[in-house]
Amino acid sequence: MSLARRIIPCLDVDGDRVVKGVNFVGLRDAGAPAELAARYNAEGADELVVLDIAASRDRRPTFLETIRRVAAELAIPLTAGGGIRSADDARSVLRAGADKITLNTAAVARPELISEASLEFGAQAVVLAIDAKRDGDQWVVMVRGGLDFANINAITWAKHGVALGAGEILVTSMDRDGTKTGFDTALTAAISSTVSVPVIASGGAKLPEHFAEIFTAGRADAALAASIFHDRVQPIRELKEFLAARGIPVRLPC
Amino acid sequence: MKITLLDCGVSNVASVERSLERLGAQSQRAATPECVANADALLLPGVGHFEALIRVLDDRKLRKPLCDAIRRGVPFLGICLGLQALYDASDEAPKLTGLKLLPGRVCALPPLAKLPHMGWNRLISKNRSRLLEGVEVDAYFYFAHSYAAIEQGPETAAVCDYGTEFVAVVEKENMCAVQFHPEKSGEAGVQVLRNFLRLCA
Repeated sequence: MSLARRIIPCLDVDGDRVVKGVNFVGLRDAGAPAELAARYNAEGADELVVLDIAASRDRRPTFLETIRRVAAELAIPLTAGGGIRSADDARSVLRAGADKITLNTAAVARPELISEASLEFGAQAVVLAIDAKRDGDQWVVMVRGGLDFANINAITWAKHGVALGAGEILVTSMDRDGTKTGFDTALTAAISSTVSVPVIASGGAKLPEHFAEIFTAGRADAALAASIFHDRVQPIRELKEFLAARGIPVRLPC
Repeated sequence: MKITLLDCGVSNVASVERSLERLGAQSQRAATPECVANADALLLPGVGHFEALIRVLDDRKLRKPLCDAIRRGVPFLGICLGLQALYDASDEAPKLTGLKLLPGRVCALPPLAKLPHMGWNRLISKNRSRLLEGVEVDAYFYFAHSYAAIEQGPETAAVCDYGTEFVAVVEKENMCAVQFHPEKSGEAGVQVLRNFLRLCA
Protein backbone atom coordinates (compact mmCIF):
# COMPACT_ATOMS: atom_id res chain seq x y z
CA MET A 1 0.00 0.00 0.00
CA SER A 2 2.81 2.32 0.84
CA LEU A 3 4.61 3.92 -2.07
CA ALA A 4 8.31 4.60 -1.73
CA ARG A 5 8.97 8.25 -0.99
CA ARG A 6 10.75 9.67 -4.01
CA ILE A 7 14.05 11.53 -4.08
CA ILE A 8 14.21 13.81 -7.12
CA PRO A 9 17.30 15.72 -8.23
CA CYS A 10 16.46 18.83 -10.24
CA LEU A 11 18.52 20.23 -13.07
CA ASP A 12 17.91 23.95 -13.56
CA VAL A 13 19.04 24.38 -17.11
CA ASP A 14 20.03 27.44 -19.10
CA GLY A 15 20.40 26.25 -22.69
CA ASP A 16 22.71 23.26 -22.48
CA ARG A 17 24.21 23.89 -19.01
CA VAL A 18 22.97 23.18 -15.51
CA VAL A 19 22.96 26.27 -13.29
CA LYS A 20 22.08 26.92 -9.67
CA GLY A 21 21.41 30.13 -7.83
CA VAL A 22 20.32 31.32 -4.42
CA ASN A 23 16.71 32.56 -4.20
CA PHE A 24 16.49 32.27 -8.00
CA VAL A 25 19.34 34.78 -8.59
CA GLY A 26 23.14 34.67 -8.68
CA LEU A 27 23.39 31.74 -11.10
CA ARG A 28 26.51 29.63 -11.43
CA ASP A 29 27.46 26.73 -13.68
CA ALA A 30 26.96 23.22 -12.25
CA GLY A 31 27.76 20.96 -15.21
CA ALA A 32 26.41 19.24 -18.30
CA PRO A 33 22.81 17.98 -18.01
CA ALA A 34 23.37 14.53 -19.57
CA GLU A 35 26.40 13.80 -17.36
CA LEU A 36 24.50 14.68 -14.19
CA ALA A 37 21.47 12.70 -15.39
CA ALA A 38 23.59 9.58 -15.93
CA ARG A 39 25.11 9.98 -12.47
CA TYR A 40 21.74 10.35 -10.72
CA ASN A 41 20.27 7.42 -12.67
CA ALA A 42 23.13 5.24 -11.42
CA GLU A 43 23.02 6.58 -7.85
CA GLY A 44 19.38 5.62 -7.32
CA ALA A 45 17.42 8.81 -7.96
CA ASP A 46 13.71 7.97 -8.34
CA GLU A 47 12.99 10.56 -10.97
CA LEU A 48 14.63 13.57 -12.56
CA VAL A 49 13.28 17.07 -13.16
CA VAL A 50 14.75 19.39 -15.79
CA LEU A 51 13.65 23.01 -15.74
CA ASP A 52 14.46 25.58 -18.39
CA ILE A 53 15.06 28.63 -16.21
CA ALA A 54 15.61 31.00 -19.14
CA ALA A 55 12.46 29.75 -20.88
CA SER A 56 12.98 32.06 -23.81
CA ARG A 57 11.53 31.26 -27.23
CA ASP A 58 14.83 31.42 -29.12
CA ARG A 59 16.55 28.99 -26.72
CA ARG A 60 13.73 26.44 -27.05
CA PRO A 61 15.42 24.15 -29.60
CA THR A 62 18.48 23.95 -27.31
CA PHE A 63 16.27 22.97 -24.38
CA LEU A 64 14.51 20.26 -26.40
CA GLU A 65 17.89 18.88 -27.42
CA THR A 66 18.89 18.88 -23.74
CA ILE A 67 15.75 16.87 -22.91
CA ARG A 68 16.63 14.35 -25.63
CA ARG A 69 20.17 13.94 -24.28
CA VAL A 70 19.02 13.64 -20.69
CA ALA A 71 16.25 11.14 -21.54
CA ALA A 72 18.79 8.97 -23.36
CA GLU A 73 20.66 8.49 -20.06
CA LEU A 74 17.68 7.53 -17.90
CA ALA A 75 15.86 4.37 -16.84
CA ILE A 76 13.71 6.45 -14.47
CA PRO A 77 10.93 8.98 -15.18
CA LEU A 78 11.77 12.44 -16.50
CA THR A 79 9.78 15.59 -15.85
CA ALA A 80 10.54 18.72 -17.86
CA GLY A 81 9.23 22.24 -17.76
CA GLY A 82 9.90 25.93 -17.82
CA GLY A 83 8.27 28.16 -20.41
CA ILE A 84 5.51 25.73 -21.43
CA ARG A 85 2.77 28.07 -22.66
CA SER A 86 0.55 25.84 -24.78
CA ALA A 87 -0.43 22.23 -25.48
CA ASP A 88 1.92 22.43 -28.49
CA ASP A 89 4.84 23.35 -26.21
CA ALA A 90 3.89 20.46 -23.91
CA ARG A 91 3.71 18.05 -26.83
CA SER A 92 7.17 18.95 -28.09
CA VAL A 93 8.65 18.46 -24.61
CA LEU A 94 6.97 15.06 -24.23
CA ARG A 95 8.02 14.03 -27.74
CA ALA A 96 11.60 14.97 -26.88
CA GLY A 97 11.49 12.26 -24.20
CA ALA A 98 9.92 13.68 -21.04
CA ASP A 99 7.24 11.62 -19.26
CA LYS A 100 5.66 14.60 -17.54
CA ILE A 101 5.57 18.35 -18.01
CA THR A 102 5.41 21.10 -15.42
CA LEU A 103 3.11 24.08 -15.87
CA ASN A 104 3.67 27.24 -13.88
CA THR A 105 3.32 30.87 -15.01
CA ALA A 106 1.27 30.08 -18.12
CA ALA A 107 -1.23 28.07 -16.07
CA VAL A 108 -1.72 30.99 -13.68
CA ALA A 109 -2.38 33.25 -16.66
CA ARG A 110 -4.68 30.72 -18.35
CA PRO A 111 -5.80 27.87 -16.05
CA GLU A 112 -7.54 26.02 -18.92
CA LEU A 113 -4.05 25.06 -20.12
CA ILE A 114 -4.03 22.48 -17.29
CA SER A 115 -7.25 20.87 -18.58
CA GLU A 116 -6.06 20.92 -22.17
CA ALA A 117 -2.80 19.19 -21.29
CA SER A 118 -4.48 16.73 -18.93
CA LEU A 119 -7.08 15.70 -21.52
CA GLU A 120 -4.49 15.20 -24.23
CA PHE A 121 -1.66 13.59 -22.25
CA GLY A 122 -3.38 12.28 -19.12
CA ALA A 123 -3.30 13.65 -15.57
CA GLN A 124 -0.23 11.55 -14.78
CA ALA A 125 1.76 13.67 -17.26
CA VAL A 126 0.75 17.07 -15.89
CA VAL A 127 2.57 18.52 -12.89
CA LEU A 128 1.41 21.89 -11.60
CA ALA A 129 4.46 23.78 -10.32
CA ILE A 130 3.66 26.36 -7.67
CA ASP A 131 6.23 28.87 -6.42
CA ALA A 132 4.86 29.97 -3.06
CA LYS A 133 5.94 32.74 -0.71
CA ARG A 134 4.68 33.47 2.77
CA ASP A 135 2.68 36.67 3.04
CA GLY A 136 1.34 37.28 6.54
CA ASP A 137 -0.74 34.27 7.57
CA GLN A 138 -0.96 32.72 4.10
CA TRP A 139 1.16 31.66 1.13
CA VAL A 140 0.80 33.43 -2.17
CA VAL A 141 1.73 32.26 -5.66
CA MET A 142 4.66 33.84 -7.44
CA VAL A 143 5.19 33.69 -11.20
CA ARG A 144 7.89 34.39 -13.77
CA GLY A 145 10.52 32.48 -11.80
CA GLY A 146 9.68 34.27 -8.57
CA LEU A 147 9.80 37.80 -9.98
CA ASP A 148 6.10 38.69 -9.67
CA PHE A 149 3.32 38.09 -7.19
CA ALA A 150 0.16 36.59 -8.63
CA ASN A 151 -2.82 37.53 -6.54
CA ILE A 152 -3.70 33.95 -5.58
CA ASN A 153 -3.51 31.88 -2.42
CA ALA A 154 -1.17 28.90 -3.01
CA ILE A 155 -3.43 26.34 -1.29
CA THR A 156 -6.48 27.50 -3.24
CA TRP A 157 -4.49 27.37 -6.47
CA ALA A 158 -3.24 23.84 -5.77
CA LYS A 159 -6.80 22.66 -5.19
CA HIS A 160 -8.05 24.40 -8.31
CA GLY A 161 -5.20 22.98 -10.40
CA VAL A 162 -6.06 19.44 -9.33
CA ALA A 163 -9.73 20.01 -10.15
CA LEU A 164 -8.63 21.12 -13.62
CA GLY A 165 -6.63 17.92 -14.14
CA ALA A 166 -3.15 18.27 -12.67
CA GLY A 167 -1.89 14.85 -11.56
CA GLU A 168 0.82 16.10 -9.23
CA ILE A 169 1.84 19.30 -7.44
CA LEU A 170 5.44 20.53 -7.25
CA VAL A 171 5.54 23.15 -4.53
CA THR A 172 8.62 25.32 -4.16
CA SER A 173 9.04 27.52 -1.12
CA MET A 174 10.45 30.82 -2.36
CA ASP A 175 11.33 31.66 1.24
CA ARG A 176 13.48 28.54 1.60
CA ASP A 177 14.84 28.04 -1.92
CA GLY A 178 18.64 28.14 -1.88
CA THR A 179 18.85 28.78 1.87
CA LYS A 180 19.65 25.17 2.90
CA THR A 181 17.65 25.66 6.12
CA GLY A 182 15.19 22.86 5.37
CA PHE A 183 11.97 22.44 3.40
CA ASP A 184 8.90 24.49 4.29
CA THR A 185 7.10 21.76 6.22
CA ALA A 186 4.00 23.81 7.04
CA LEU A 187 3.46 24.86 3.42
CA THR A 188 3.94 21.35 2.06
CA ALA A 189 1.70 19.74 4.70
CA ALA A 190 -1.00 22.33 4.06
CA ILE A 191 -1.04 21.52 0.34
CA SER A 192 -0.60 17.78 0.74
CA SER A 193 -3.52 17.48 3.14
CA THR A 194 -5.73 19.56 0.83
CA VAL A 195 -5.20 17.85 -2.53
CA SER A 196 -5.82 14.24 -3.59
CA VAL A 197 -2.71 13.97 -5.80
CA PRO A 198 0.97 13.41 -4.91
CA VAL A 199 2.96 16.43 -3.76
CA ILE A 200 6.65 17.08 -4.43
CA ALA A 201 8.32 19.42 -1.93
CA SER A 202 11.09 21.72 -3.12
CA GLY A 203 13.30 24.47 -1.77
CA GLY A 204 15.70 24.61 1.14
CA ALA A 205 16.99 21.05 1.53
CA LYS A 206 20.44 20.31 2.82
CA LEU A 207 20.53 17.71 5.59
CA PRO A 208 19.08 14.16 5.60
CA GLU A 209 16.96 15.30 8.59
CA HIS A 210 15.28 17.85 6.31
CA PHE A 211 14.14 15.02 4.05
CA ALA A 212 12.96 12.88 6.96
CA GLU A 213 10.94 15.82 8.26
CA ILE A 214 9.30 16.65 4.91
CA PHE A 215 8.24 13.01 4.45
CA THR A 216 6.72 12.81 7.94
CA ALA A 217 5.49 16.16 9.29
CA GLY A 218 5.47 17.66 5.78
CA ARG A 219 3.42 14.79 4.33
CA ALA A 220 5.34 15.01 1.05
CA ASP A 221 5.24 12.14 -1.45
CA ALA A 222 8.51 13.22 -3.03
CA ALA A 223 11.30 15.67 -2.26
CA LEU A 224 13.31 17.63 -4.76
CA ALA A 225 16.71 19.27 -4.42
CA ALA A 226 19.43 20.50 -6.72
CA SER A 227 22.76 21.84 -5.53
CA ILE A 228 23.27 19.45 -2.61
CA PHE A 229 23.16 16.63 -5.15
CA HIS A 230 25.16 18.44 -7.85
CA ASP A 231 27.90 19.40 -5.39
CA ARG A 232 27.96 15.89 -3.87
CA VAL A 233 27.17 17.39 -0.46
CA GLN A 234 24.49 14.70 -0.06
CA PRO A 235 24.94 11.37 -1.88
CA ILE A 236 21.54 9.90 -2.80
CA ARG A 237 22.31 6.39 -1.57
CA GLU A 238 23.36 7.59 1.89
CA LEU A 239 20.28 9.80 2.07
CA LYS A 240 18.03 6.83 1.27
CA GLU A 241 19.78 4.61 3.81
CA PHE A 242 19.27 7.33 6.41
CA LEU A 243 15.55 7.49 5.59
CA ALA A 244 15.13 3.70 5.50
CA ALA A 245 16.72 3.46 8.96
CA ARG A 246 13.99 5.82 10.20
CA GLY A 247 11.23 3.63 8.78
CA ILE A 248 10.49 5.82 5.76
CA PRO A 249 9.87 3.60 2.72
CA VAL A 250 12.43 4.28 -0.01
CA ARG A 251 13.69 2.37 -3.01
CA LEU A 252 17.24 1.33 -2.23
CA PRO A 253 19.27 0.84 -5.40
CA CYS A 254 21.01 -2.52 -5.69
CA MET B 1 14.20 -11.41 -34.16
CA LYS B 2 12.92 -7.86 -34.24
CA ILE B 3 10.47 -6.38 -31.74
CA THR B 4 7.65 -4.42 -33.37
CA LEU B 5 6.55 -1.47 -31.23
CA LEU B 6 3.01 -0.32 -31.84
CA ASP B 7 3.29 3.42 -32.18
CA CYS B 8 -0.14 4.71 -31.28
CA GLY B 9 1.07 8.26 -30.81
CA VAL B 10 -0.14 8.32 -27.22
CA SER B 11 2.95 7.17 -25.42
CA ASN B 12 6.61 7.70 -24.99
CA VAL B 13 7.71 4.98 -27.42
CA ALA B 14 11.23 6.39 -27.49
CA SER B 15 12.05 5.37 -23.93
CA VAL B 16 10.96 1.78 -24.58
CA GLU B 17 13.04 1.81 -27.75
CA ARG B 18 16.10 2.98 -25.87
CA SER B 19 15.65 0.31 -23.19
CA LEU B 20 15.48 -2.43 -25.83
CA GLU B 21 18.46 -0.96 -27.64
CA ARG B 22 20.53 -1.04 -24.43
CA LEU B 23 19.69 -4.74 -24.17
CA GLY B 24 20.96 -5.27 -27.70
CA ALA B 25 17.49 -5.92 -29.17
CA GLN B 26 16.40 -4.63 -32.54
CA SER B 27 13.08 -2.86 -32.73
CA GLN B 28 10.95 -1.03 -35.24
CA ARG B 29 7.94 1.21 -34.89
CA ALA B 30 4.77 0.15 -36.62
CA ALA B 31 1.45 1.82 -37.24
CA THR B 32 0.04 -0.23 -40.14
CA PRO B 33 -2.00 -3.48 -40.11
CA GLU B 34 0.59 -5.15 -42.39
CA CYS B 35 3.49 -4.45 -40.02
CA VAL B 36 1.51 -5.83 -37.08
CA ALA B 37 0.42 -8.92 -39.03
CA ASN B 38 4.00 -9.71 -40.01
CA ALA B 39 5.64 -9.01 -36.64
CA ASP B 40 7.90 -11.61 -34.93
CA ALA B 41 7.17 -10.08 -31.54
CA LEU B 42 4.91 -7.22 -30.48
CA LEU B 43 5.12 -4.58 -27.79
CA LEU B 44 2.27 -2.21 -26.97
CA PRO B 45 3.41 0.67 -24.78
CA GLY B 46 0.83 3.11 -23.56
CA VAL B 47 0.22 5.96 -21.19
CA GLY B 48 -2.70 8.33 -21.03
CA HIS B 49 -6.35 7.70 -21.76
CA PHE B 50 -7.91 4.32 -22.59
CA GLU B 51 -10.10 6.01 -25.20
CA ALA B 52 -7.13 7.52 -27.05
CA LEU B 53 -5.40 4.15 -27.34
CA ILE B 54 -8.49 2.14 -28.41
CA ARG B 55 -9.46 4.81 -30.95
CA VAL B 56 -6.01 4.73 -32.56
CA LEU B 57 -6.08 0.92 -32.70
CA ASP B 58 -9.47 1.05 -34.43
CA ASP B 59 -8.84 4.05 -36.69
CA ARG B 60 -5.65 2.47 -37.98
CA LYS B 61 -7.30 -0.95 -38.28
CA LEU B 62 -4.77 -2.50 -35.92
CA ARG B 63 -7.23 -4.27 -33.63
CA LYS B 64 -7.77 -7.39 -35.74
CA PRO B 65 -4.16 -8.02 -36.80
CA LEU B 66 -3.03 -7.44 -33.20
CA CYS B 67 -5.56 -9.87 -31.70
CA ASP B 68 -4.88 -12.41 -34.47
CA ALA B 69 -1.13 -12.22 -33.86
CA ILE B 70 -1.52 -12.73 -30.11
CA ARG B 71 -3.89 -15.69 -30.66
CA ARG B 72 -1.42 -17.14 -33.18
CA GLY B 73 1.26 -17.22 -30.50
CA VAL B 74 3.35 -14.18 -31.41
CA PRO B 75 5.16 -13.01 -28.24
CA PHE B 76 3.42 -9.90 -26.89
CA LEU B 77 4.20 -7.44 -24.11
CA GLY B 78 1.69 -4.77 -23.09
CA ILE B 79 2.84 -1.91 -20.87
CA CYS B 80 0.52 0.14 -18.62
CA LEU B 81 -2.42 1.01 -20.90
CA GLY B 82 -1.14 -1.85 -23.07
CA LEU B 83 -2.19 -4.19 -20.22
CA GLN B 84 -5.55 -2.50 -19.68
CA ALA B 85 -6.39 -2.70 -23.40
CA LEU B 86 -6.39 -6.52 -23.19
CA TYR B 87 -9.56 -6.59 -21.06
CA ASP B 88 -13.22 -6.38 -22.15
CA ALA B 89 -13.66 -2.70 -21.33
CA SER B 90 -12.59 0.14 -19.07
CA ASP B 91 -14.61 2.49 -16.88
CA GLU B 92 -12.33 5.24 -18.17
CA ALA B 93 -14.19 5.03 -21.52
CA PRO B 94 -17.24 2.83 -20.84
CA LYS B 95 -18.62 3.01 -24.38
CA LEU B 96 -15.56 1.50 -26.01
CA THR B 97 -14.71 -2.18 -26.31
CA GLY B 98 -11.29 -3.42 -25.24
CA LEU B 99 -9.38 -6.16 -27.07
CA LYS B 100 -11.32 -8.82 -25.10
CA LEU B 101 -8.33 -11.13 -24.81
CA LEU B 102 -8.86 -11.24 -21.03
CA PRO B 103 -12.20 -11.22 -19.19
CA GLY B 104 -13.19 -8.38 -16.91
CA ARG B 105 -13.34 -4.61 -16.70
CA VAL B 106 -10.68 -2.08 -15.91
CA CYS B 107 -11.89 0.13 -13.02
CA ALA B 108 -10.82 3.29 -11.24
CA LEU B 109 -8.56 2.66 -8.25
CA PRO B 110 -10.40 3.39 -4.98
CA PRO B 111 -9.77 6.93 -3.66
CA LEU B 112 -8.33 5.62 -0.39
CA ALA B 113 -4.88 6.92 -1.20
CA LYS B 114 -3.53 9.63 -3.46
CA LEU B 115 -4.33 9.26 -7.14
CA PRO B 116 -2.86 8.86 -9.70
CA HIS B 117 -0.98 5.90 -8.22
CA MET B 118 2.30 7.50 -9.15
CA GLY B 119 5.64 6.32 -7.97
CA TRP B 120 7.53 3.21 -6.91
CA ASN B 121 5.66 0.26 -5.45
CA ARG B 122 6.30 -3.45 -4.83
CA LEU B 123 4.64 -6.56 -6.21
CA ILE B 124 2.92 -9.51 -4.57
CA SER B 125 3.53 -12.75 -6.40
CA LYS B 126 0.46 -14.86 -7.28
CA ASN B 127 1.78 -17.39 -9.77
CA ARG B 128 5.09 -18.51 -11.16
CA SER B 129 6.32 -15.75 -13.44
CA ARG B 130 8.78 -15.85 -16.32
CA LEU B 131 8.86 -12.05 -16.59
CA LEU B 132 9.93 -11.72 -12.95
CA GLU B 133 12.69 -14.33 -13.07
CA GLY B 134 15.85 -12.95 -11.47
CA VAL B 135 14.01 -9.97 -9.99
CA GLU B 136 14.41 -9.45 -6.23
CA VAL B 137 11.13 -10.17 -4.40
CA ASP B 138 11.16 -6.74 -2.74
CA ALA B 139 12.06 -4.82 -5.92
CA TYR B 140 10.23 -1.57 -6.62
CA PHE B 141 8.63 -0.75 -9.98
CA TYR B 142 7.43 2.59 -11.32
CA PHE B 143 3.66 3.02 -11.72
CA ALA B 144 1.70 5.97 -13.13
CA HIS B 145 -2.03 5.26 -13.48
CA SER B 146 -5.47 5.82 -11.97
CA TYR B 147 -7.27 2.81 -13.49
CA ALA B 148 -6.43 -0.86 -13.10
CA ALA B 149 -7.67 -4.41 -13.66
CA ILE B 150 -8.97 -5.54 -10.29
CA GLU B 151 -10.29 -9.02 -11.14
CA GLN B 152 -7.60 -11.64 -10.87
CA GLY B 153 -7.48 -14.76 -13.00
CA PRO B 154 -5.21 -17.76 -13.59
CA GLU B 155 -3.13 -15.49 -15.86
CA THR B 156 -2.40 -13.05 -13.01
CA ALA B 157 1.28 -13.60 -12.19
CA ALA B 158 1.59 -10.73 -9.70
CA VAL B 159 -0.50 -7.98 -8.17
CA CYS B 160 0.25 -4.68 -6.49
CA ASP B 161 -1.57 -3.31 -3.45
CA TYR B 162 -2.66 0.32 -3.51
CA GLY B 163 -5.95 0.69 -1.69
CA THR B 164 -6.91 -2.58 -3.33
CA GLU B 165 -5.03 -5.39 -5.00
CA PHE B 166 -4.84 -4.93 -8.76
CA VAL B 167 -3.25 -6.90 -11.60
CA ALA B 168 0.37 -5.86 -12.09
CA VAL B 169 1.74 -8.74 -14.19
CA VAL B 170 -0.17 -10.90 -16.69
CA GLU B 171 1.26 -14.00 -18.31
CA LYS B 172 -0.84 -16.27 -20.50
CA GLU B 173 1.37 -18.32 -22.79
CA ASN B 174 2.79 -15.81 -25.30
CA MET B 175 0.70 -12.90 -23.97
CA CYS B 176 2.44 -10.85 -21.30
CA ALA B 177 1.57 -7.48 -19.83
CA VAL B 178 2.65 -5.27 -16.95
CA GLN B 179 0.85 -2.34 -15.32
CA PHE B 180 4.13 -0.66 -14.28
CA HIS B 181 6.66 0.88 -16.65
CA PRO B 182 9.64 -1.47 -16.99
CA GLU B 183 11.39 1.16 -19.14
CA LYS B 184 11.23 3.57 -16.17
CA SER B 185 11.87 1.08 -13.36
CA GLY B 186 15.66 1.07 -13.16
CA GLU B 187 17.47 -2.29 -12.96
CA ALA B 188 14.35 -4.28 -11.98
CA GLY B 189 12.57 -3.03 -15.09
CA VAL B 190 15.55 -3.86 -17.28
CA GLN B 191 15.40 -7.45 -15.97
CA VAL B 192 11.70 -7.72 -16.90
CA LEU B 193 12.45 -6.54 -20.45
CA ARG B 194 15.41 -8.93 -20.63
CA ASN B 195 13.10 -11.79 -19.61
CA PHE B 196 10.58 -10.79 -22.27
CA LEU B 197 13.31 -10.79 -24.93
CA ARG B 198 14.27 -14.28 -23.77
CA LEU B 199 10.67 -15.41 -24.33
CA CYS B 200 10.83 -13.94 -27.83
CA ALA B 201 14.02 -15.76 -28.78
